[in-house]
Amino acid sequence: MAFNLKNPRNIINNLKSKVGLWSLMKQSHSTCCYSSCLNTIHLHRFLPLTTLPQFTNPESISHKKGHFPHFQRFQSTTTEKQIDSVPNDEHNQVSDFPGGKVVFSPEMRFLSESPSVYSQCYRVLDDAGQLISHSNFVPVSEEVAVKMYSNMVTLQTLDTVFYEAQRQGRISFYVTSIGEEAINIASAAALTSDDIVFPQYREPGVLLWRGFTLQEFANQCFGNKADYGKGRQMPIHYGSNKLNYFTVSSTIATQIPHAVGAAYSLKMDKKDACAVTYFGDGGTSEGDFHAAMNFAAVTESPVIFICRNNGWAISTPTSDQFRSDGIAVRGQAYGVRSIRVDGNDALAMYSAVRSARQMAVNEHRPILIEAVTYRVGHHSTSDDSTKYRPADEIEWWRMARDPVTRFRKWIEINGWWGSEAESQLRSSIRSQLLHAIQIAERAEKPPVNDLFTDVYDNIPSNLREQEKLLKETINRHPEDYPADVPI
Amino acid sequence: MLAIARQRMLGQSFKKILPAVSVLRSYSSAAKQVIFFTFFILAHNLMHTDMVGEYQGAYKITKGLLEKYGPERVLDTPITEAGFTGIGVGAAYYGLKPVVEFMTFNFSMQAIDHIINSAAKSNYMSAGQISVPIVFRGPNGAAAGVGAQHSQCYAVWYASCPGLKVLSPYNSEDARGLLKAAIRDPDPVVFLENELLYGESFPVSDEVLDSSFCLPIGKAKIEREGKDATITAFSKMAAEMLEKDGICAEVINLRSIRPLDRATINASVRKTNRLITVEEGFPQHGVGAEICASVVEESFSYLDAPVERIAGADVPMPYAANLERMAVPQVEDIVRAAKRACYRSVPLAATA
Repeated sequence: MAFNLKNPRNIINNLKSKVGLWSLMKQSHSTCCYSSCLNTIHLHRFLPLTTLPQFTNPESISHKKGHFPHFQRFQSTTTEKQIDSVPNDEHNQVSDFPGGKVVFSPEMRFLSESPSVYSQCYRVLDDAGQLISHSNFVPVSEEVAVKMYSNMVTLQTLDTVFYEAQRQGRISFYVTSIGEEAINIASAAALTSDDIVFPQYREPGVLLWRGFTLQEFANQCFGNKADYGKGRQMPIHYGSNKLNYFTVSSTIATQIPHAVGAAYSLKMDKKDACAVTYFGDGGTSEGDFHAAMNFAAVTESPVIFICRNNGWAISTPTSDQFRSDGIAVRGQAYGVRSIRVDGNDALAMYSAVRSARQMAVNEHRPILIEAVTYRVGHHSTSDDSTKYRPADEIEWWRMARDPVTRFRKWIEINGWWGSEAESQLRSSIRSQLLHAIQIAERAEKPPVNDLFTDVYDNIPSNLREQEKLLKETINRHPEDYPADVPI
Repeated sequence: MLAIARQRMLGQSFKKILPAVSVLRSYSSAAKQVIFFTFFILAHNLMHTDMVGEYQGAYKITKGLLEKYGPERVLDTPITEAGFTGIGVGAAYYGLKPVVEFMTFNFSMQAIDHIINSAAKSNYMSAGQISVPIVFRGPNGAAAGVGAQHSQCYAVWYASCPGLKVLSPYNSEDARGLLKAAIRDPDPVVFLENELLYGESFPVSDEVLDSSFCLPIGKAKIEREGKDATITAFSKMAAEMLEKDGICAEVINLRSIRPLDRATINASVRKTNRLITVEEGFPQHGVGAEICASVVEESFSYLDAPVERIAGADVPMPYAANLERMAVPQVEDIVRAAKRACYRSVPLAATA
């Protein structure tokens, strides 16, 4: 359906039966994270004014400089009625174009560049970890909830310990995911192990959830012999074939079209799986993002795009990154169903990704999820974010809006967690991590011949020759070469 | 470039085979998991037929495939080179064998990040966990009257990158054998075709027509044996002209730009003692430069004369037919170079 100007009731009924979105839309409270925005319905453009639910607050709307494009366009309900019927007056003619039926209007009206209200943000737990009334979510069992929580704590501790290790000079580089633990773990929990993950670089939690051990993380960061990457990449460029997690690549947003290609292949193979890709707010400016979104819609590929809108692309704030109302609104421009979610609400993230996966796999469609959050840590160990944002802003988000604490409160309210379990978990993880680092640090580096393999499937003759020459040189001048690199 | 070594044998039964199409006909047996991505939309398509006219460009090659294998496997994509190349790479990561077509390799520059950073380097960076069995193909180099942005040769751009293989067929036999080898190869391959050769027919033996015919990657072919000088070229060459003047040149059809068949080239130079490299691309850092370096490193004492490099003019390709002719090596240029190498004429001072 290229033009969404069919009878709006058909769209609503369609969705009602297929996805239950309508029930999601009926939430009475839904606070958007960045501003006191009004609640609104995502599809309100297709609804005649009379059916807009309770919250329309004329005073609040009038504060917004008098731009009401949506309401103005639907002042008359007669416009709707005529979409599907033969025109009976010259003012609202319908005409067929290759793209679909177009309704003409003699009134010149530009689509506004920004909505009068920000698109709503799906949230289920409030800041105190309490379930918001009338909320829709996919229920989680105690086992899954506790597993999610302990993974979030593990991720948080992993980040803290490795960051310290970098500062001590033991690893060369590190990237933390502090503040984005809920996005990492909750999305991973909502997927199956068959779903193929194409990460950016701030999603080690997905690997963690799937079973990558702390030792394996350490091995990659130290680039030792046990590293699956054979010491060829910088720290945090994890990858695991068996866990269906494609090796992190430093280039921004290149993984997005890769995910679409893989999703298309999954569809061709009729697999019960989808492709999932993560990227930040900055990544959505790349050409690859737009090409991939368009492609996914046209090829009807089962792919989930998860955008971690954490407010910063290194030092570039979102106000310098784009002027659209975030990322979720872009979905419609490409014909991709989308939702904006509170990224710090693990339960909401879980529900959204779970539903998205169902839609992607069963209906062969792409879904865009914008998870709004805040990047509490610096961009990486090469960055000092206090240079471009206030330190107390960082502190506030770290303490008051911590997703780990929020989820903890919820599981405690349910009686599934306590302070003893908490302290046990934290100390256990920390000591495991320190132990893993010690082992990784002392382990041997990859051997010299790993320099030459995997350039091609089979090692070519010129590289074999170079390897031979290098080994001969090392044997002749061993003092010039590091002692911990085996030949 | 040079006159094509036409060995058209009239009266004999030979199939009118468009180089790439002949290969494609073998796909029915060999290629079970091939996806073709093409990227034209209607408007683009129109422009294409105007542009290439009788040269039967990329469009014609994939047309038959679409009918045979259907739209699920032969994708007509939105126009975004970066997009469809990325998607092809993603499908290759998953395990399929995509063939991505560029209308010309000039447009591959918009997708070059995916070719280099996502395809070429992945196997190495992932330590063998991610193999990328993808083929990027399309017309490369000068056509006729298409101007600067449609005429550049990208052989060296891709050949400089470890992790890629770069092939360039000359005739139907090359096209068929090398494309099959490229698709079968687990490494990413850049397959540089030539638009002007699409319409040429070449006689082929029954062996070539056999469905399992495949050529090895990395082996050059000695098209014509000789003793006076070695000429290396890819895509087009002429040895006939030289025989008339008493220079019997050994003509090597490189076939594979990366890996370069240094062994064959050096063996030939050791036999003839003189080398002329011919290419239509820009001279600086060209294929000829690499061959010259290789021969100097390995067969220096066998050279009786400085290596002669013939390449396209160091200017963006002009459009006007007379200027275009002068910007691309012609038969006469090669003959003169061969004579210089054989000390039959005054040596030319090397140009910058």
